[in-house]
Amino acid sequence: MRILRCADSGLLVELEDLAAVRALYAALSAAVPPGVTDLVPAARTLLLRVDPDRADLAALERVVRTTPLTAGDRLDEGLLRVPVVYDGADLAAVASATGLTERQVVTEHTGTEWTVAFGGFAPGFGYLAGGSARLEVPRRAESRTRVPAGAVALAGPFSGIYPRESPGGWQLIGRTELEMWRPDRDPPALLRPGVRVRFEEVTG
Amino acid sequence: MLEVLETGPLATVQDLGRPGYAHIGVGTSGAADRGSLRLANRLVGNPEGAAGIEVTLGGLTVRADRQSTIAVTGASCPVTVDGRRQAVNTVLRVPAGARLRLAHAEHGLRAYLAVRGGIAVEQVLGSRATDLLAGTGPPVLRPGTRLPIGLPPAGFPVVDQAPVPGPATGTLSLTVVPGPRADWFLPGALDTLLRNSYVVTPESNRVGIRLDGPDLPRARRDELPSEGMVAGAIQVPPSGRPTLFLADHPVTGGYPVIAVLVHSDVDKAAQARPGTILRFRRAGGPRGSNEEEQRCPSRTVRAARRR
Repeated sequence: MRILRCADSGLLVELEDLAAVRALYAALSAAVPPGVTDLVPAARTLLLRVDPDRADLAALERVVRTTPLTAGDRLDEGLLRVPVVYDGADLAAVASATGLTERQVVTEHTGTEWTVAFGGFAPGFGYLAGGSARLEVPRRAESRTRVPAGAVALAGPFSGIYPRESPGGWQLIGRTELEMWRPDRDPPALLRPGVRVRFEEVTG
Repeated sequence: MLEVLETGPLATVQDLGRPGYAHIGVGTSGAADRGSLRLANRLVGNPEGAAGIEVTLGGLTVRADRQSTIAVTGASCPVTVDGRRQAVNTVLRVPAGARLRLAHAEHGLRAYLAVRGGIAVEQVLGSRATDLLAGTGPPVLRPGTRLPIGLPPAGFPVVDQAPVPGPATGTLSLTVVPGPRADWFLPGALDTLLRNSYVVTPESNRVGIRLDGPDLPRARRDELPSEGMVAGAIQVPPSGRPTLFLADHPVTGGYPVIAVLVHSDVDKAAQARPGTILRFRRAGGPRGSNEEEQRCPSRTVRAARRR
């Protein structure tokens, strides 16, 4: 673990892997230390954003260093079933990049449980980890200027669902009708760190 | 009700933002110069976090349908009520139907208008801030927008004016601390940032200030996995030209951060308009370590320039 300061506005904690990020995030969000305004988990780091008027960064560093990171200790925010029509524009490209058939891509994507590891990119976008290693694909060489809301996509070890129409470089394999983001709903995001996801194939 | 008649280049409703939602991809947003919004609210007796209007470069005209108590802070915009000149950083009693106008800002970039009772548009996730990057919160103001005013708070204005200096003119000096990824750059890169001037480019907005100046070359070419960002972070994309993040910055970013502004200087940075020259000074560094001060050795000259 390495702790890097962001002036007096935050601590960036660099961790061994995503499992460690999730463990530290689970522990700290269960008891948010004084002065911390946001916990921002990412692939290899956890950022503690602070209110400089209230936070003691040295004390926070001690809290972070003494928090035990138990393997398997992670937030469980329940299971979300996501109905997907697998007709994405990049389905064939993903099949050829992974050496699978299009059918096998669907089987792999629906065959394991994914979990939201962290958010970012846009409100309601969740980076879903824990899927089949056979589905690892790079981003598209060229980002699309317009990806429709509900597009189900793959990039690197992650899967994701575009919460609203936006530009994007992930490989599109399908679409869902679920409304991923609605600010007037509580909670506004269906995908929050700790939510487990099962993709289920439906016909369009 | 406050009716917007003209907006200038950009006017938005802002409060102190919506902390606590970064894990679902929602940034804090809120006033870019939080200190100025707080001051405007204090002047009219509001809680500091009440929503007001952030006006970029001036050009806003509003009309209230009843007598209102209003304060304007931040950038030095000449303020008039029905054509009569008023002072900034003071408590203004604006009659029903009168037009309050903020002309083009003479110094600084963002002015704040607070009205007693606060702007009472609907909250989104506990805040009335307009987040331009995330598309969260009330829409950008347009001529014809009608803004509800909240109930007046229990407290009354306690002073008539706040004796605060206007935004700095000339070169803006900002204090930084080496960033979490300073070691991703060639050894001289941080010195390059500290020893040279950077100019605010016109591509700047509430998301961040794009800077033009000497490149900050990276030592590592590999990709940085996206990580959480703070306001005041100076991020360097592959072009080598830095971006200084402001209120609507992305929650996470994938480019290394070479330095971070001390929190209290983020408000100062938010007042830098295109063309402003920025100098970065290292927090706790010896005085005179920075070239500007070496070129300008006389304290008297420096003090005179500040005035």
